[in-house]
Amino acid sequence: MSNAVIVVEAPVTVAPARAPGRSVAWWGMVVTIMTEATIFAALISSYFFLRAASKQWPLGGIELPELRDSVIFSVVLWGSSAPLVWAERGIRRGRLGALRAGLLLSFLMGAAFIFHTVDDFQKLHFGWRDNAYGSIFYATVGLHAAHVVIGLLMSLVVQLKAWQGRFSAERHLTVEVYALYWHFVDAVWLFVFPAFILSPHIR
Amino acid sequence: MALTDDVRTGITEHDLHEIWKDAPGIPGFFSTVDHKRIGLRYIYTSFAFFFVAGLTALVMRAQLSAPNSHVVSPSTYNSLFTMHGTTMIFLFNTPVLAGFANYLLPLQLGARDMAFPRLNAFSYWIFLLSGVFIYASYLIGKPPDGGWFGYTPLTGGTYSGGVNLDFWGLGIVFVGISTTVGAVNFIVTIFKLRAPGMTVNRMPMFVWSILSMAFMVIFAVPAVTVATGLLELDRLFGTKFFVPHLGGSVLLYQHLFWFWGHPEVYILFVPATGMISMIIPTFSRRPLAGYVWVAASLIAIAFISFGVWVHHMFATGMPVQAMAFFSAVSLIITVPSGVQFFAWIATMWRGVIRFSTAMLFAIGFLLIFLLGGITGVMVAVLPFDWQVTDSYFVVAHFHYVLNGAVVFPIFGAIYYWMPKMTGRRLSERLGKLSFWTMFVGFNVAFFPMHILGFLGMPRRIYTYQAGLGWDTLNVIVTAGSFAFAAGTGITLWNWAWSLRRGAPAGDDPWGADTLEWSTTSPPPDYNFAATPVVASRHPLWDQRPLPHAVSGDDEATRSLGPEGALVHEIPVTTGIDAVPHGSQRIPHPTYLPLVLALGIAVVFLGLLVNAVLVGVLGAALAAAGLTRWLWRTDTDLT
Amino acid sequence: MFDARGSEAHRVAGLWWLMFALAAGVYAVVGGFILVAALRGRGTPEGRASRITENAFIWLGGLLVPTAILMVLAVVTVQTTSHLRRPERDPLRIEVVGKRWWWQVRYPAQRFTTANEVHVPVGRPVEIGIDSDNVIHSFWVPQLGGKVDTIPGQHNVWRFRATRAGTYLGECAEYCGVQHANMRFLVVAEPAAAFDRWVARHLTPHSAPTSDLTEKGQLVFLRETCAGCHTVAGTTAQGDEGPDLTDFGSRLAIGADTVPNDPGNLAGWIADPQSIKPGILMPPTALAPGELHALVAYLESLR
Repeated sequence: MSNAVIVVEAPVTVAPARAPGRSVAWWGMVVTIMTEATIFAALISSYFFLRAASKQWPLGGIELPELRDSVIFSVVLWGSSAPLVWAERGIRRGRLGALRAGLLLSFLMGAAFIFHTVDDFQKLHFGWRDNAYGSIFYATVGLHAAHVVIGLLMSLVVQLKAWQGRFSAERHLTVEVYALYWHFVDAVWLFVFPAFILSPHIR
Repeated sequence: MALTDDVRTGITEHDLHEIWKDAPGIPGFFSTVDHKRIGLRYIYTSFAFFFVAGLTALVMRAQLSAPNSHVVSPSTYNSLFTMHGTTMIFLFNTPVLAGFANYLLPLQLGARDMAFPRLNAFSYWIFLLSGVFIYASYLIGKPPDGGWFGYTPLTGGTYSGGVNLDFWGLGIVFVGISTTVGAVNFIVTIFKLRAPGMTVNRMPMFVWSILSMAFMVIFAVPAVTVATGLLELDRLFGTKFFVPHLGGSVLLYQHLFWFWGHPEVYILFVPATGMISMIIPTFSRRPLAGYVWVAASLIAIAFISFGVWVHHMFATGMPVQAMAFFSAVSLIITVPSGVQFFAWIATMWRGVIRFSTAMLFAIGFLLIFLLGGITGVMVAVLPFDWQVTDSYFVVAHFHYVLNGAVVFPIFGAIYYWMPKMTGRRLSERLGKLSFWTMFVGFNVAFFPMHILGFLGMPRRIYTYQAGLGWDTLNVIVTAGSFAFAAGTGITLWNWAWSLRRGAPAGDDPWGADTLEWSTTSPPPDYNFAATPVVASRHPLWDQRPLPHAVSGDDEATRSLGPEGALVHEIPVTTGIDAVPHGSQRIPHPTYLPLVLALGIAVVFLGLLVNAVLVGVLGAALAAAGLTRWLWRTDTDLT
Repeated sequence: MFDARGSEAHRVAGLWWLMFALAAGVYAVVGGFILVAALRGRGTPEGRASRITENAFIWLGGLLVPTAILMVLAVVTVQTTSHLRRPERDPLRIEVVGKRWWWQVRYPAQRFTTANEVHVPVGRPVEIGIDSDNVIHSFWVPQLGGKVDTIPGQHNVWRFRATRAGTYLGECAEYCGVQHANMRFLVVAEPAAAFDRWVARHLTPHSAPTSDLTEKGQLVFLRETCAGCHTVAGTTAQGDEGPDLTDFGSRLAIGADTVPNDPGNLAGWIADPQSIKPGILMPPTALAPGELHALVAYLESLR
């Protein structure tokens, strides 16, 4: 490599944008969410395709999905976005306390949803090998739960950094990107839940 | 605002090289995140797969050159066509275009690297490992033999009980990770890292084509991931997605597969047209005609391509009204391609054509794609498709569009851009010989297949009876295929030769118009010390001398000039108008992408051999790698 | 498929020639444009001007003209399709099941089953039910019409009429495993009277073997594993793994049109079918030459 001095040829000054834009990390998460959402769209479409081709649904005498607890814990999951929004607003104003508390509460609500899912799966009287209904049910609800678990693991990392005091009003991109992911996981359940848990009850 | 004199900085090329260089030797090889090295790696690796897949084709053609032949056994033949299609689509065409995009995008945009350099390295390692994974099936003598589209129930556990199909099914999910992650990188890079002044209206057409392709990938690849993922769940865990007597549906697999499968052919075709849209203007010495029309066509193709997939399923007995809809949309999708076609002709019309090798490949592409597009219209016609689908007519059609209309632009791109990448030109003499051999060989090989289809020859048969009138045509096809292969070999030889003996390329051997030609050949590690400022679609033709930005004081402009390169930063600009709004530190070389890729590979291995412990170990390695990666992202880059 | 002998093939052949004419015209014109564009500027420093603007050229040639041609094709598509595969009154019904790697052919109204050969009367509407109980196959007779896949779990139907007498090659047109290449069949279209005679032969019960040789052959057939997979109506052989052999002697070919049906080929097939069609489910049968000879004679006598 030469020791030639870098010369800026035909130099110009460039005026910056008047308003700040979103970072690349944020957009990267948005595009990733688009593709992950499409996976769920494919699974939900498959569910309705299999259902349209079947005379009875659920197949093979499988019981209808349980409603009461499912609704309760779904509300808990969707509700977990609220403390996260509060946490984000807090850190935008530099309030680490709000960030830590909001993250923790959101985490606990998400964890409660997972405990219920595991408990629910154990109580079901069918497996994913029994027939196509069992297969698509466990695959989709299970994949969503896996996404929640990954979100919980990400939350632990973000919480660790929050407790270390690494975020501030100027520097909290990681919180924003994590929040995008968590809200996405909640939004997916807005589609999976009516399709898989509610709709079989409608005849 | 322009300053009057060139600005001398206190920074030397050596200073920047120290910041941007890779470690030497093996450590640098495994830790690089430089898009240029990764892009070239993609191209080399893809061509290695091209070579192997080409050999499978030649063996198949040897077997089919005479009726009742015994060159290979039936099961070997069946695995040959499976591996030929799988390799050409997943391990050559898709990644080689991603490789060119990887290399060229930052340079054409005036950026110092991609938006996510580590993710870029990761996507290459996944591609390499997934290709090795699929080909490892040969090591145990169990290559997949379910065809490249792997229809159930044939590929389910009952009729394909061995591990062969698991190499394939898991392999497709595996390689899809690379394609998807690459698309994320392309989209964000295109929207956020453009040079100041490069509004969307001024982006090179190749960039538009990658943007269109990447969005198709985002919405299409999940479908094939689900199709092959559910297939593997059926095979490995006994689920019943595709088992008809337990509520599953055989056609569900086809819908999911083709929902990806059709956009996939445009994922290949669109970047190839992007390459043509760069080559033709350069060698016509005129700007691309109808820029807005062409960009609009690329967007239209991206959308419409999602509405035609059922045309691969016309023979499955679905209701005719439903199929008629897809037949109509399959006709409509011709129109944006027609617009592009006439834009290229219009570009050439008032120009003076220089018949370089790259231009010959572009013209060859035009002549071949015209025929392939026409037969595409024919197979869109529902009752005609009932006769010719699954026959050699459709084999002819898709080779005209996937070989002729994708491979010819790729070969043109080698002659056009390799000099920028390596600093050496390929021999034009050998290039022209290669082109003519390929062009003649291609048509001799694939044109007669239309007729074989009319004579009733079905696809994927390892042999045929004498006396059906197929014999002579098959001999001709085989001869053409060997000639075509020889033609490709000439370019591969030319390429290898040029690395040592090619004439020095200089910055801009072709007198082209876009930003990559403003750097040295090859470009420095950091691409641009000072970011170019763009005011036209053809900066190197219209803006002489090419202006470069100086660093300002605020966060938005401090990375524009060499001072930004010195601290390993890149400017981030607004999505539509490309006005700088921030500076982003980008990562230094790291092994983490490789670690994560290896972890994921071990997970797939665990699934393949049904060993939970292996899978868990792989997941642990992947989780550790990913956690450290994200931790460091927060610490170092935000 | 242009040597059309069936209603669907005729219509599609006509459609093809229209498309070919359009295609040849388009290729000649656009190809001409390409060549002119490539050569036009030669010898000039800056190229030649032209009166038509770039945009007009693009939307005329790339948008308007293709759209017009496509609209013609769309109309023709709808028209042609509407005439094809329509239910007709009083069709001859046949049920075909794709197997690995042969075709089961049943005539439900006439109550008999055969394999790998479909007989139809010329001119009469035929409705073929097309099914599979294993993998996807595809039923294709190019001279008669387009193909229909056999989809496990879905009952498909193909309707057509043969317009000329003849024997037409049919093929499996969807990759179905190791012997997909040799899963052919024959469609014999014959005048109504000949067809009726063919049906009648299937309805008369089998008489017992008439010669010592064929009687010995029947004993071999029933003693060996043959009866475990094959059916011969009127005997105790009721296996359904392999093709029904009740009319085997009258068939034109063996093994789904893999080899012609003659005693030499049949002997080789029975002794070792794997050497002729490797990978199929029928195992070799070791027999003393005399027994093999008798068995061949018996099978060829089944008409």
